[in-house]
Amino acid sequence: MKFEGTKSYIATEDLKVAVNAAITLERPIIVKGEPGTGKTMLAHEVANALGSKIITWHIKSTTKAQQGLYEYDAVSRLRDSQLGDKKINDISNYISKGKLWEAFESSGRPILLIDEIDKADIEFPNDLLLELDKMEFFVYETGETIKAKDRPIVIITSNNEKELPDAFLRRCFFHYIKFPDVETMKQIVQVHFPDLKKDLIREAFKIFYDIRDVPGIKKKPSTSELIDWLKLLMTDDVDAKTLKEKDPNKLIPPLHGALLKNEQDVHLFERLAFISRRENDNSE
Amino acid sequence: MFLNFFFDLKNANLPVSLKEYLILMEAMNKRVIDSFKINDFYYLSRSALVKDERYLDKFDKVFGHSFKGLENTSEIEEAEIPEEWLRLMGEKHLSDEEKKLIESLGGWDKLMETLKKRLEEQEKRHQGGSKWIGTGGTSPFGAYGYNPEGIRIGQSESRHKKAVKVWDKREFKNLDDDIELGTRNIKIALRRLRKFAREGAETELDLDNTIKSTAHKGYIDVKMVPERRNKIKVLIFFDVGGSMDAHIKICEELFSAARTEFKHMEYFYFHNCLYDYVWKDNARRYNEHQSTWDVLHKYPSDYKIIFVGDAEMSPYEITYPGGSVEYWNEESGQTWLTRTLNTYENAIWLNPIPEKYWGRIASTTVIKQLFSDRMFPLTIEGIDKAMRQLNK
Repeated sequence: MKFEGTKSYIATEDLKVAVNAAITLERPIIVKGEPGTGKTMLAHEVANALGSKIITWHIKSTTKAQQGLYEYDAVSRLRDSQLGDKKINDISNYISKGKLWEAFESSGRPILLIDEIDKADIEFPNDLLLELDKMEFFVYETGETIKAKDRPIVIITSNNEKELPDAFLRRCFFHYIKFPDVETMKQIVQVHFPDLKKDLIREAFKIFYDIRDVPGIKKKPSTSELIDWLKLLMTDDVDAKTLKEKDPNKLIPPLHGALLKNEQDVHLFERLAFISRRENDNSE
Repeated sequence: MFLNFFFDLKNANLPVSLKEYLILMEAMNKRVIDSFKINDFYYLSRSALVKDERYLDKFDKVFGHSFKGLENTSEIEEAEIPEEWLRLMGEKHLSDEEKKLIESLGGWDKLMETLKKRLEEQEKRHQGGSKWIGTGGTSPFGAYGYNPEGIRIGQSESRHKKAVKVWDKREFKNLDDDIELGTRNIKIALRRLRKFAREGAETELDLDNTIKSTAHKGYIDVKMVPERRNKIKVLIFFDVGGSMDAHIKICEELFSAARTEFKHMEYFYFHNCLYDYVWKDNARRYNEHQSTWDVLHKYPSDYKIIFVGDAEMSPYEITYPGGSVEYWNEESGQTWLTRTLNTYENAIWLNPIPEKYWGRIASTTVIKQLFSDRMFPLTIEGIDKAMRQLNK
C-alpha cells in the first residue's frame, strides 16, 4: 500500500513520505497546519487513493475518549427494567459501539480520521494511548476484548489550540503542512479548475497573496478560500481585465466576501485601499 | 547507524526519545523510502523525530550540520544565484577602491560576461594565480580570494550554480519560539487556579437527587447533571522590552505553561506600565495595537487578571499623565491600573525580580500599593501563592 497523491489532491514530497511511513509502520500520523490547508481532505484522499473505507470521528470539547470505544447506557437499562422489558437480560443491547470499535471491526485496513483532536480535553489523547498502540480494548460490561482485524490507518488532525502530551506524540508520525508556495498553489488550482484561463489565475493569485501580506489582517485567506473565490469568479464570469483594473474606486477585489471573512478585515482593506488611492492622487 | 545524528539532536535540546529513534530505524528497515535518497531520509526522519513545528527549524539546522557533504550523493535541484544579489552584495561590501577595480575590468555587466566566458574556458580546478577562477587567488572570481568578496563561487570548485538543500532553506524559522522545556512545575502551580462549574449538556447521573426524587415519586426517576469543568478564565498582561529583556526566559515558560493549562486565556503586551493601548504581536506593536478600553469592555469581570512585569521604572511613568517613555499618554498609568482593578475583582501582579529588592525600588512600591499588596515573585512558590489569591 502506498500513497502517491491523487488526481484531485496535490501532495508534496515530504507529505507522501510521512503518510507512507505511517501506513507501513501502522502508526498514527498527526497532521497540523494553518486552517484550510487540507488537513481533513488528506484523510479522504488517502482513503480514495487506497480504495479503503473512511471512518470519521469529529472531536468536540465535550468528547470523551471512552465514547470512541463504546458507551454503556445504564440509564435506559434501568428504565427498561421498570417496564419489564425482556431486553434487559442481555447487557449488549445497551452497549453502543464507538468509532474506534467500528474501525477495528471493519476489514481491509480502513482509514480512521480523528478530526481536530486538540478540541478535546487535555487528557483525551492520553486516554487513547494504549488503544491506538495495541489496537485493542476491553469491554468491562460484557467481558470481551475487541481487537482490530486489520490495523486501521489512523490520521489525526490538530489546529494547534492546545499542546498534545509528549507520550502521545512519541508514538506518532508528525507532519506540518506549510502554506503552499505559488508553484504548489498553481498545481492545486489546476487540479480544481483545469480550464481556468492563465491570465485570470495570475491576477487572482496576485490579489490573493497581496491580501495575505496585509499586516494586521485577522483571518488570512487560505487555500480552500482561494478555491471558493475562483469558483465564484468563474460563475460570475469575471475576466482578468476586471481584476487587473486599477480604477481607484474599485480597489476592493470583486466578490471579496469569499476571501475576507471578517468585517474588521474588510474595513482594514478598505482603509488601505483608500490610503493608496490618496497616495496615487498626490503623486499625480 | 545514525546514532551520531540522534545525539546531535539531543545535544541541540530537541526533545527526541529512544522510542522515536527506534521507530525511525524500523521505518528504514521496512523500506518506507525505497532508495537511499538523502531528501527522502530527511523527510522521513523529520516526520518521525519532530513532533512540534516549533522544533522544525532546529532540526533543519542539526540535519544540515550532521549530514554535511552528503548532499552530493543525491540529485538536488540546483538554483542559480540571481545576478541582482551579487550586484547588491558587491555594492554593500566593496570599498570605493574595489569598485574602481571592477570598473577597470569594464563594470558589472562586463564582469559577469567575463566570468561566464572564463567558466567556459576553464575545465580544471584551479588554485592561486590571478586569472582563473578558483580559491585563494587574486582574480576577482572565486572564494577566499584577495580580490575581496569578488564573486564567491562556492567553497569548492563548482559551477556558477549553488545547490540549495531543502533543509538549508530553513522554511520553518518563524515557528521556532525557543521555549525551553521544564514548564511542568509552572503548570502544576497554575493548576491551583481552578474553578469547577457544572455547565452544558447533562451527562452525569446525579445520585443524591435521583434517590431523593425516586423516594418522593414512588418510581425510579433518574436525575442528571452536567459534568464538572474548569471554568476559569484568565487575561495576562506581559511587560516587554527594556529591563524585561533579562527575564524573557521565565516569561516564556510562564506563557507556554498558561497556554496549556487554561482553556480560556487571552494575553496582551504593554511596556513598563499599562496605558491607553496594548498589543498582541510585538513585531507589529506600532501598527496593531488595541485600545485598553476595548479590552476592559470585551472581557467580562469574571476574568482573572495577571500582570507580569518588573515594575521597575521612574515613578513618574506611573503617576503622571505624559509620563510614558514612549509617547504622550493623556491619562496616567495609575489611572489605567486603577481602572483595570476596578473592573476585575481578581487581579495580581507577578514580578520576576526577587522579593527582597522590591522595597528599594520606588515604582515597585507604588504598584504594590495600587494592587493592595497583591504582588508576588515569579517563582514556583510565588505563582502558587498568587493562584490561591486569585481563587479567593
